[in-house]
Amino acid sequence: MNMFSFPLRARKLKSAQTAKERLQILLAHERSDGSSPDFLPTLQREILEVVKRHMQVDADMVDIKLERGDELSSLEINIELPGAQKLRATSAR
Amino acid sequence: MSKVIVITSGKGGVGKTTTSAAIGAALAQRGYKTVVIDFDVGLRNLDMIMGCERRVVFDFINVIQGDAKLKQALIKDKRLENLYVLPTSQTRDKDALTQEGVGQVLDELREEFDYIICDSPAGIERGAHLAMYYADEAIVVTNPEVSSVRDSDRVLGLLNSKTLRAESDGREPLKAHLLLTRYDPARVAKGEMLNVDDVLEILAIPLLGIIPESPTVLRASNVGMPVVLDDKSVAGKAYEAAVARLDGEQIAVRIDTEQKAGFLQRLLRKSA
Repeated sequence: MNMFSFPLRARKLKSAQTAKERLQILLAHERSDGSSPDFLPTLQREILEVVKRHMQVDADMVDIKLERGDELSSLEINIELPGAQKLRATSAR
Repeated sequence: MSKVIVITSGKGGVGKTTTSAAIGAALAQRGYKTVVIDFDVGLRNLDMIMGCERRVVFDFINVIQGDAKLKQALIKDKRLENLYVLPTSQTRDKDALTQEGVGQVLDELREEFDYIICDSPAGIERGAHLAMYYADEAIVVTNPEVSSVRDSDRVLGLLNSKTLRAESDGREPLKAHLLLTRYDPARVAKGEMLNVDDVLEILAIPLLGIIPESPTVLRASNVGMPVVLDDKSVAGKAYEAAVARLDGEQIAVRIDTEQKAGFLQRLLRKSA
């Protein structure tokens, strides 16, 4: 065996391993989400409706982030609320 | 002033998405605010090649259909400050793309970005047509292989007739560049592969660059990194040179191969 071939092979295996793991995570998510592909726009709309019942919010001020992971995924929803100044301006109208 | 550039080829598998990611990243490295858009509706892959597949929330189709704002769908690259990805939908089909919708999104992107790179799907159907329709320039990705050259010629015909620039009187025509990828100089030398002059003679458009066949391209795609971020990759270097030419620099086209940068050669070069 060539002494140079070992580290070279190890490096190749490493990126192929990364490729396999990325595919496994992604495909697991894609296969399970397959039945309801577009739930996120609906989810966003529904969350906004609920929040609007209690507070004044703008549809533009919603930020949804999703991070798909192996162990767990996270859904982060950020809703920016109007400040006191803007609230005064709207109630004066 | 912003520029819309379509990466197209007709034939599949020649390296459009690899090229879109590499060119987008190289432009961002040069300080241009750049977005790369995936037009391959239903077969999304740019997100994987650029390594942001786990962060896709909203997509191009959601924006076109008014379900999400553009800024919600744009994904910021974690490595390069100026680089953004606009992924496409994995679940819809090509009919979700409308000419007006694409035009509106591109207009909005033009306000914020220096370069808008449109990664075209293979073929010449709706997705490919809309990817090229609003382009100011085109990069035609071609392999030195008969079917790829033939398909590129067909695509060049479409670029010259079925685009907004071709349809509008008095506008400068769309500028098309040739990018020869998977080029193997050793096989060219043996007469087993079309050489660059053969391809240029047939297609008759200016050469933007030659990307040598390189194992680093697969490695980059395995890990989801544009190949220009691998500073040891000759393919990455060739993409950087191509982008410098796109940016107006005069650099001669040269072909490096992986072998040239090998261990023995580096040793010899050092001792020389």
